[in-house]
Amino acid sequence: MKFLSEYRDPEAVQQYLREIHAITTKPWTLMEICGGQTHSLVKNGILDMLPEKITMVHGPGCPVCVTSVSVIDEAVWLAKQPNVMLCSFGDMLRVPGSKESLLEVKSTGADVRILYSPLEAVELAQQNPEKEVVFFAVGFETTAPANALSVVHADRLGVENYSILASHVLVPPAMEAILGDPENKIDAFLAAGHVCTIMGVEEYHPIAEKYRCPIVVTGFEPVDLLQGIYMAVKQLEEGQYKVENQYARSVQVEGNKLARETIGEVFIVGDRAWRGIGTIPASGYDVNERYKRYNARLKFTIEAGDALEDPTCISGEIMKGLKKPKQCPNFGKSCRPEHPLGAPMVSSEGACAAYFHYAQDPVEEPSH
Amino acid sequence: MDFANCPLPKFDFDTINLGHGSGGLLTHRLLQSFVFDVFGNDKLDQQHDGATFHLNGPVAFSTDSYVVSPLFFPGGNIGDLAVNGTVNDLAMCGAAAKYLSLGFIIEEGLKMEEFWAILQTIKAATANAGVQIVTGDTKVVEKGKGDGIFINTSGIGLVHPKARIHHQNIREGDAILISGKLAAHGMAIMSQRQGLGFDASIVSDTRNLNHIVSAMLDRFGEGIRFLRDPTRGGLASVLNEVAGQTTHGLTIRQSALPIDEEVDGACEMLGLDPLYVANEGIFACVADAAIADELLAFLQGEEGSRDAALIGSVTAEHPGKVIMQSRIGGKRVVNYLTGEQLPRIC
Repeated sequence: MKFLSEYRDPEAVQQYLREIHAITTKPWTLMEICGGQTHSLVKNGILDMLPEKITMVHGPGCPVCVTSVSVIDEAVWLAKQPNVMLCSFGDMLRVPGSKESLLEVKSTGADVRILYSPLEAVELAQQNPEKEVVFFAVGFETTAPANALSVVHADRLGVENYSILASHVLVPPAMEAILGDPENKIDAFLAAGHVCTIMGVEEYHPIAEKYRCPIVVTGFEPVDLLQGIYMAVKQLEEGQYKVENQYARSVQVEGNKLARETIGEVFIVGDRAWRGIGTIPASGYDVNERYKRYNARLKFTIEAGDALEDPTCISGEIMKGLKKPKQCPNFGKSCRPEHPLGAPMVSSEGACAAYFHYAQDPVEEPSH
Repeated sequence: MDFANCPLPKFDFDTINLGHGSGGLLTHRLLQSFVFDVFGNDKLDQQHDGATFHLNGPVAFSTDSYVVSPLFFPGGNIGDLAVNGTVNDLAMCGAAAKYLSLGFIIEEGLKMEEFWAILQTIKAATANAGVQIVTGDTKVVEKGKGDGIFINTSGIGLVHPKARIHHQNIREGDAILISGKLAAHGMAIMSQRQGLGFDASIVSDTRNLNHIVSAMLDRFGEGIRFLRDPTRGGLASVLNEVAGQTTHGLTIRQSALPIDEEVDGACEMLGLDPLYVANEGIFACVADAAIADELLAFLQGEEGSRDAALIGSVTAEHPGKVIMQSRIGGKRVVNYLTGEQLPRIC
């Protein structure tokens, strides 16, 4: 636990806060990409401790939140098929689709399993040859290597009753979409530490250059975040726009070579629809030609119908950092974790959930 | 399983079947060997439809059902929970449990060996707690309609004469204490769930709390304002219940929360918050600030509460809300758990 205790040290926190207060002379808007970073900021009360001139805006780095409604509907359709065992990370279960969530479908008897690793899903396929096991392969680049590995593994073992419903999303195209938006207010980014652990930092240089925007690869603990904020603000105050690596204990410049090779073995880059944002070109992974028999979209003829987002959910504006959760008229009223209108209220990394669970401003209780 | 002290009776079947719940000969034989011979006491031996007895004074009555999976986990089994859980609920009312009922719903196919082990555990737990099983029921359901075994226990006991335990008695400035380390039971269960496979020596903290509560009330009486054991939903749920029922706010300090390093590590790894993880052998206590230090010293001197800690206080600020000061000095709201805690993706 040494890294954790060092990076949670209250004295180090206070020191970085002092330094940040000392160097901040102008108002700056920073976006932390990853939902885990958002939660850490809110949960540790860091947002209230930063100088008022610094505005933290919460980015679309919650893979659950950005998974489009149509993909949830696809997963729900698969779960309802009598011989399908739909396996998923726990987070995805509560996200509402057009009509229902996977948790609701599970409670009516569908075979939906919560797993911690896609390799378990391959094991389940081996143990249950009469079932078709489908793994709901969601996430950023962070979870892509393990999902790809499950396909390679199944292929090597000759397991044919396994497939993945791939819905990976990529960070750099999302950052470009945000920076390219005419309403963009972001001055600097804290890039997602675990995504970069896999992918390295090289793909961020062209973005920093093109948009003259500092990008600091940052971890998740309080001291990580404050170091990252300090490094970003220092660049802004000095008029610089480089890529820096705060999370050096986890992130190497070239990333994790084996993980990247595994991704390349199974996936190709394709366009992806992001919930609340729209389609971003070349922003997702799909299963490639070689492993197409493990692509659930080709194995099954999925009838998911028209994806209907709740029109009152402003998750797109939240995830682009244009609005804060508390600015949503439904926040805490018709939209609460027990009855969410959209994914950011449900997911453990969603900005709305973070504010609801941890932030101190009172949330109006709904009248009964 | 080791039954050196009390070997499994010779039986015609290795597993429970529907016949054992039919009320006929098989039921009779099962109950005789497994229940009456194990728990024999003057009330149970009457083998009436119910137990009759006198109790002099105000009584507390409680019920709970136990559906844990897996049935056997590091540190205990469902039998421990079934006894300690109800004994503890009564203790939280300031009552010393005296008699329990014991109801089983058994899924066809449960191994006799497992049923025997659970009963032996219940016997030991009742002896430890100083309570008697005086009435009960056994049903058997078809395979697929249960989860091995479900148990219900109801308990009755006399309220301690000095107990003044009610949320209405909570005052601004009162101290909040916890009697032991958090999250052990929930993480012990998690470590057995399929697919986790982390090597850990985490054991459930299941234990009875009636003796310590009785001693505490003997000594501190109405200085003890409120007690509750943070089972499902964890400490956060208990604190929110208190905040919701009173007009006060509660403040706690993250750095004061006692937790075993290995348990904390397991929670970190799975993205679970220890505040929401179940406990089975500790209680939260709201007490008069004037006796808080003495109460803490008393708890720390007793077996089963050596890790007791003072974790916060009742305040006039933020009424109805529980606020936690984080280790690094910031503040956050501690809300109710919504749904199941689901380990996160990445």
